[in-house]
Amino acid sequence: MDSGIDMNTTTQTEIEANTELAIGTSALNLWYGDFQALYDINLAIKQGVVTSMIGPSGCGKSTFLRSVNRINERLGYVIINGSIDVFGNNIYDPEVELVQVRKQVGMVFQRPNPLPTSIRENILFGHKLHNRDKKYSRDDEDEIVEESLQQVLLWDKVKDHLKRKATELSLEEQQKLCIARLLPVKPRILLMDEPCSALDPKGTAAVEELIWELRGKYSILIVTHNMAQARRASEECIFMLMGKVIEHTDTADMFVTPQHQETADYIEGRYG
Amino acid sequence: MASTGIIENQFLETELNVSAKRTETLFKILFMFMAGLLILPVLIILTTLVVKGSSMISFEFLFGNPTNGMTEGGIFPALLGTVWLVGVALVISVPVGVAAAVYLSEYAPDNWFTRAINLAIINLAGVPSIVHALFGVGAFVIFFGFGTSILAASMTLAVMTLPVVIVATRESLQAVPHAFREACWNMGATRWQTIRRVVLPNSVSGILTGVILEVSRTTGETAPIMFTGAAFFIPVLPESVFDQTMALSLHLFVVSTQVPHVPEALPYGVALVLISMVLLMNSASIALRMHLRGKKKW
Repeated sequence: MDSGIDMNTTTQTEIEANTELAIGTSALNLWYGDFQALYDINLAIKQGVVTSMIGPSGCGKSTFLRSVNRINERLGYVIINGSIDVFGNNIYDPEVELVQVRKQVGMVFQRPNPLPTSIRENILFGHKLHNRDKKYSRDDEDEIVEESLQQVLLWDKVKDHLKRKATELSLEEQQKLCIARLLPVKPRILLMDEPCSALDPKGTAAVEELIWELRGKYSILIVTHNMAQARRASEECIFMLMGKVIEHTDTADMFVTPQHQETADYIEGRYG
Repeated sequence: MASTGIIENQFLETELNVSAKRTETLFKILFMFMAGLLILPVLIILTTLVVKGSSMISFEFLFGNPTNGMTEGGIFPALLGTVWLVGVALVISVPVGVAAAVYLSEYAPDNWFTRAINLAIINLAGVPSIVHALFGVGAFVIFFGFGTSILAASMTLAVMTLPVVIVATRESLQAVPHAFREACWNMGATRWQTIRRVVLPNSVSGILTGVILEVSRTTGETAPIMFTGAAFFIPVLPESVFDQTMALSLHLFVVSTQVPHVPEALPYGVALVLISMVLLMNSASIALRMHLRGKKKW
């Protein structure tokens, strides 16, 4: 680990003790140029659990999410120190290959962003990308497509028109497809950045149901503005405020007995 | 007030409304007139050329050699020469221009190097064509030793039209929604994989439009080829890129001003052929764009 970082010793022992973590961060600070967006984030996010991140706009929850698959650093002016361990490996280690990180840590966006090709091609895009050295028969590919779409509860709806353009699907179906196309490369973590905010209530319910369905198979981290959604669709909840983590507990506890005044104020709707 | 039983309509026009409306109409007509003026030169040019030049158009005119000191015969060597010049210029400028645009749109960070390239593109677009011609003589004819040849002339044309290709390509790349790129990157695609599989296939229509517009512009250029590869009169057809050639645009200049006793209709005929080629390519570009636009949906 980076020796230049002054680390809180208690936090470190805590993290080392728990090897079952999907994501563990220690002393994570992040700046956009001169603006510090994350302050000393020490999080331990468990494997196979749905964890939600809530907090008012600009609290850094999306920034954190985007640091976990290193999509942030594309912006040249982002400075990060501290570490983010994904299954025990620091993904900011210099020898880490970005492509391998992205394979294991999939991301779903606020607006569904299927590629402007067929449903089938969307599912196979990542698979083909990462298996260029192997030959797959058409049957193998069909199987992958079916399995992925089954997992997101979309197979029955689209199985007869896999050649249709993905962009012609409804937003809810598009968002499910965006989740499905991550699965063939066998990710272990799914990051979701307000995955339902572009959907209508019915679509939201369907995607939440899917998230609940995927729990256990994947470690899921959802950023959401919608407190009711956090409450319904997550097992653990992290509350952030102004770049800092205020509270991280079981979702049920967070909404019933928040430990901090800020958390209580936020979930009661006094600001945000 | 209400006791009279008649309620006066409070939404009636006032003097102020009337005067504002009059001004509104005035300006609308004025602006429409100015915009309408644009049609005028196009109409006049086309009508004149058709009226005065169409009598020249015949199979012999298009596919024959000029004879009798260029006062009779056809324009085939010039027609073919223009095709050569434009074709070779495209082969050079399209790969360079598209690659440069891909770099600028997809890879380039915002630093002094990128800004220098952008500045160069803007300035290159602003260089007068006669200056390009002299540059072509110095660089391609003399320094690289291509002599006055199709190659030297086409390279000059290529340098001159590079900004058009780059700007058109970059714009069509930028028109591909950023979300597609993010989707690819997040699945672990590299920049190049993203470009090849998603960005380029979705921007082909725009790139082709840019290329065709470049072709139509290159077709009409005269100054850059005058000293670098196009000849006054050559009765034989070019056989390689190291030959000189005649070209339609220069031929038009020559028969209009340099040769005595040319029948009046001849230059009009040449101009008509030249402008038909350009218009044909412009229409092709519009048709192509409409065709490809119809296909894409996002």
